[in-house]
Amino acid sequence: MKYIEPHAHMVSRTTDDYQAMAMAGCEVICEPAFWAGFDRSSPQGFHDYYRQLTEYEPARAKKFGIEHYCWLCINPKEAEDAGFAREVMSIIPEFMDSPTVLGIGEIGLNKNTVSELAIFEEHVEIAKKYDTPVLIHTPHLEDKLKGTKLIIDALKNANIDPGRIIIDHVEEHTAGLVLDEGFWAGMTLYPESKCTPGRAIDILENFGMENIWMNSACDWGISDPLAVAKCAIEMKKRQHSPDIVQKIVYDNPVKFLSQSKNFNIS
Amino acid sequence: MPSKQDILDLYFMDSRYKLIDIAAFLDRIDRHEGETDFRYDGFQKAIEAMLTSGDKPRAQAVLEALSDTSEEPIPKATIQGAFGASRD
Repeated sequence: MKYIEPHAHMVSRTTDDYQAMAMAGCEVICEPAFWAGFDRSSPQGFHDYYRQLTEYEPARAKKFGIEHYCWLCINPKEAEDAGFAREVMSIIPEFMDSPTVLGIGEIGLNKNTVSELAIFEEHVEIAKKYDTPVLIHTPHLEDKLKGTKLIIDALKNANIDPGRIIIDHVEEHTAGLVLDEGFWAGMTLYPESKCTPGRAIDILENFGMENIWMNSACDWGISDPLAVAKCAIEMKKRQHSPDIVQKIVYDNPVKFLSQSKNFNIS
Repeated sequence: MPSKQDILDLYFMDSRYKLIDIAAFLDRIDRHEGETDFRYDGFQKAIEAMLTSGDKPRAQAVLEALSDTSEEPIPKATIQGAFGASRD
């Protein structure tokens, strides 16, 4: 079975993970810029990180026959200091012409603050300027519902095509809010939070198979780089046809990602 | 699509295991000294929401019971993480 991992933080993963993902059928990995687990001390740290995302990781993935793409931004956890965030954002244009950059992401909210929201809106303007899709992180746990509503309101005010935006980490209480407004939805399969495979399949059965994908969002925390492949097996146990499984783990990601001029799957 | 029997075959044992673990967690809290906090209150509220969800799907009702229901952005973050239950 071939599949796409549309959200993985491979800078935090081992080469063994690349090998296991390749053996499981992964053909493409998309890596959004995110928080390193600690706050970086300077914009230069982000410059190095963007080089890692655009130069080093594609080469590392290539050794296993996997295409690697990335999204660029400063993540919402480091957006509380708006001045610092704007310094980092001023670096992003330098990388927007890199051949594996898909767009802006994962932007969004973390604690739903005034500053996070301002930086989120400024990122959306960068995406509009460069005419790229957007990948959006929704907050964790108790902050997710409120954050998702604030994000949707801000996007409506920005007058941006919802079909070019994927709002990630949806769960049962936010999937409908996202899909009903015409956005794409991402489900994250985590061992301890977000969705289990069983719940992700429930969401598919309740909200439909269109404009939705699933990802592992594997990073430096408790997460599973093979989560998408395992969920595909769970879909088969739930008697979904091979065509539907392929639609969710491959065709839908291709459809959304093809809206980026740099996405080119052979 | 699978039947109810198929779903029971797939998920009963796993759900039974998780249900007993929740019961044991609540017993464990009862057995130990000290005070609970807003997380325990949220957990109880979520159990109630699950049992009385009405027309709303139970998973959605539980998630909403554990969510911050305020609507305006807060002035400033005091932490970067989340607790899993709302203080309100």
